[in-house]
Amino acid sequence: MHFLRKIGFYLVALWAAVTLNFFIPRALPGSPVDAVLAKLALRGPVDPSTREAIEVMLGADDDTSLFEEYFAYLAGLFRGDLGISVTYFPTPVSQVVGQSLPWTLVLVGLATTITFVIGMVLGTVAGWKRGTWLDSLIPATTILQAVPYFWLALLFIYVLSVNMGLFPIAGGYDYTLVRPALDYPFLSNAVYYGFLPALTIVLSSLGGWLLGMRNMMVSTLSEDYILTAEAKGLSPRRVMIMYAARNAMLPSVSGFAISLGFVVSGSIVVETVFSYPGVGYTMLQAVQNNDYSLMQGLFLIITVSVLAANLVVDLLYGVIDPRTRARS
Amino acid sequence: MSTPVTGSVPPDHHPARDRDPRSESGSSVARGQISHPQLHPGLEDERTTGSPVLEEAVLSVRDLNIVYEVGDGVHAVKDASFTLRRGEILGLAGESGCGKTTLAYGLNQLHRPPARIIDGSVVFHDRDDGRDVDVLALEGPQLRTFRWSKVAMVFQGAMNSLNPVLNVRTQLEDVLTTHRPQLSREDRRRRCGELLELVGVERSRISAFPHELSGGMRQRVMIAMALALDPQLMIMDEPTTALDVVVQREILQEVLRLRQELGFAVVFITHDLPLLLEISDRIAVMKAGRIVELDTAENLYFEPTSSYTRRLLGSFPSLTGETGDFVRAGFGEADPPAGGDDAGRTASPDQEEAG
Repeated sequence: MHFLRKIGFYLVALWAAVTLNFFIPRALPGSPVDAVLAKLALRGPVDPSTREAIEVMLGADDDTSLFEEYFAYLAGLFRGDLGISVTYFPTPVSQVVGQSLPWTLVLVGLATTITFVIGMVLGTVAGWKRGTWLDSLIPATTILQAVPYFWLALLFIYVLSVNMGLFPIAGGYDYTLVRPALDYPFLSNAVYYGFLPALTIVLSSLGGWLLGMRNMMVSTLSEDYILTAEAKGLSPRRVMIMYAARNAMLPSVSGFAISLGFVVSGSIVVETVFSYPGVGYTMLQAVQNNDYSLMQGLFLIITVSVLAANLVVDLLYGVIDPRTRARS
Repeated sequence: MSTPVTGSVPPDHHPARDRDPRSESGSSVARGQISHPQLHPGLEDERTTGSPVLEEAVLSVRDLNIVYEVGDGVHAVKDASFTLRRGEILGLAGESGCGKTTLAYGLNQLHRPPARIIDGSVVFHDRDDGRDVDVLALEGPQLRTFRWSKVAMVFQGAMNSLNPVLNVRTQLEDVLTTHRPQLSREDRRRRCGELLELVGVERSRISAFPHELSGGMRQRVMIAMALALDPQLMIMDEPTTALDVVVQREILQEVLRLRQELGFAVVFITHDLPLLLEISDRIAVMKAGRIVELDTAENLYFEPTSSYTRRLLGSFPSLTGETGDFVRAGFGEADPPAGGDDAGRTASPDQEEAG
């Protein structure tokens, strides 16, 4: 019952998001037909009949009311039809999104997870051994976080790729060598290409996790149950993990889940700097080309993923913190 | 060593005295499952049915000095010396910040920096192998083995001594997995069930989380945990402070009964001197880090030698006296704020938390 109510709540939120997603672009100035025409005009003179053809193609030729359009849009969503991308004409939006999504999910998702794990482990140890040299990790990582994202990325490219030639400069894989497939040559090549973007993300977001976890550890260590655990003669390892870190990481877990929701929106800056074929890079293309349907499709995916991540946290938090479990 | 102070302590200190705990609902239902026909409602009766105190010592403390190394240093415990006998209940009374908790934690090396033991000795006389253990020399794995298996603790604030996100089973069992690794899973389960029943908590509560238990139940669980390894000494740091008098009484009866059965000694820390007078064999009164008086409950009540003890005894109002009659005959004479026992007082604000 509790579970159903939660699902219901998220469905309402989803509907609201989808509806906003429909109305906001239509409230914006400018017309997609003009945008396509402007794009075609770059290649040469445009025949007046072309305008009609494009209107027919984009469904702007008849006088359907906004209301009818809205229901047609909802129906299209159920079929997975998000329209045609202008930027990658005539590829359907769902296909464009489908191609860029895995890149972002793996790169940013993995980088976020690695950052979280490293932050938790280092934070636990730094909090446990507070007052030792480990405390100096905090300012070091905080400086890396304060440095602008793209600047760090450019620095890495300049030093590691351009000067030392250790890593590729741009792209998701070497299309002259491998074809996308789930085999070793492609995957190893993708890891090689993804390493530097991932490193940028890890280093620039580690400080927050580390600092948060370390401080929660320090305050948890002054709790009475830690003293009890020590008086019980438990091994320091068990006290540190089961009694201190187990409790100290609770706030970080919800933070992590929220950041997972933003994985899909990608790291626009990092993907742009590295020309990584992910959602963030595609989003930039969509904005630059007035590609409304692609933007709409991307926003939809981002909204759904944020909602899904929140739902997962909601459910997961009851498991990791028994105090928040609702009992009927 | 028991002292018949029954008639001398004003009965109004414990309104629950006349209530039969068996007639109450709640935890007494659970207690009904294990029959204790000899259970008496009064604490004193409980204590006087064959005192379990032996003449043999379980712990000897000599000239223990503990300092908090902050600023100029706060001397929290000064030259504390006492000998605790097997099965004896030693009450440790005194105002907040007088060093009683620091002293008790020092017995188990549980004090944390900046507290440091600068002098003295704590010797534990082990019943199991008859050897004397120099507690202050223990460290690392030896110290961890010593803790809880010889000296168990029940802490102040039943609410916070249990980890809120682990269930009772996990917290009970990790004592056994650490100290008795040879026990099988079934044996551990069974032992945990027995322990809970021993303190009057239903076995089924083992999978409960601390927030699902009442304050009294949590403290019972803590006592069950303390009993897990059959310790020879139990240090109880204000174990009933946050509980109402009825639950407090039930818990104390449980402790006295268990001491009778299992024969462990108790160091009982509290501000509540009348309570100590009822349950303790001997009482140590602390003031500004020093044990100013250490005597049997009876002597302490009738013939206090220290003016501070007299003041402490006089500080508990009587419910039956005249309005404003806040004084017990003979003990109420005003103490000069300095001089006498107070000369040694150096307590600074830092020390307030040290108690």
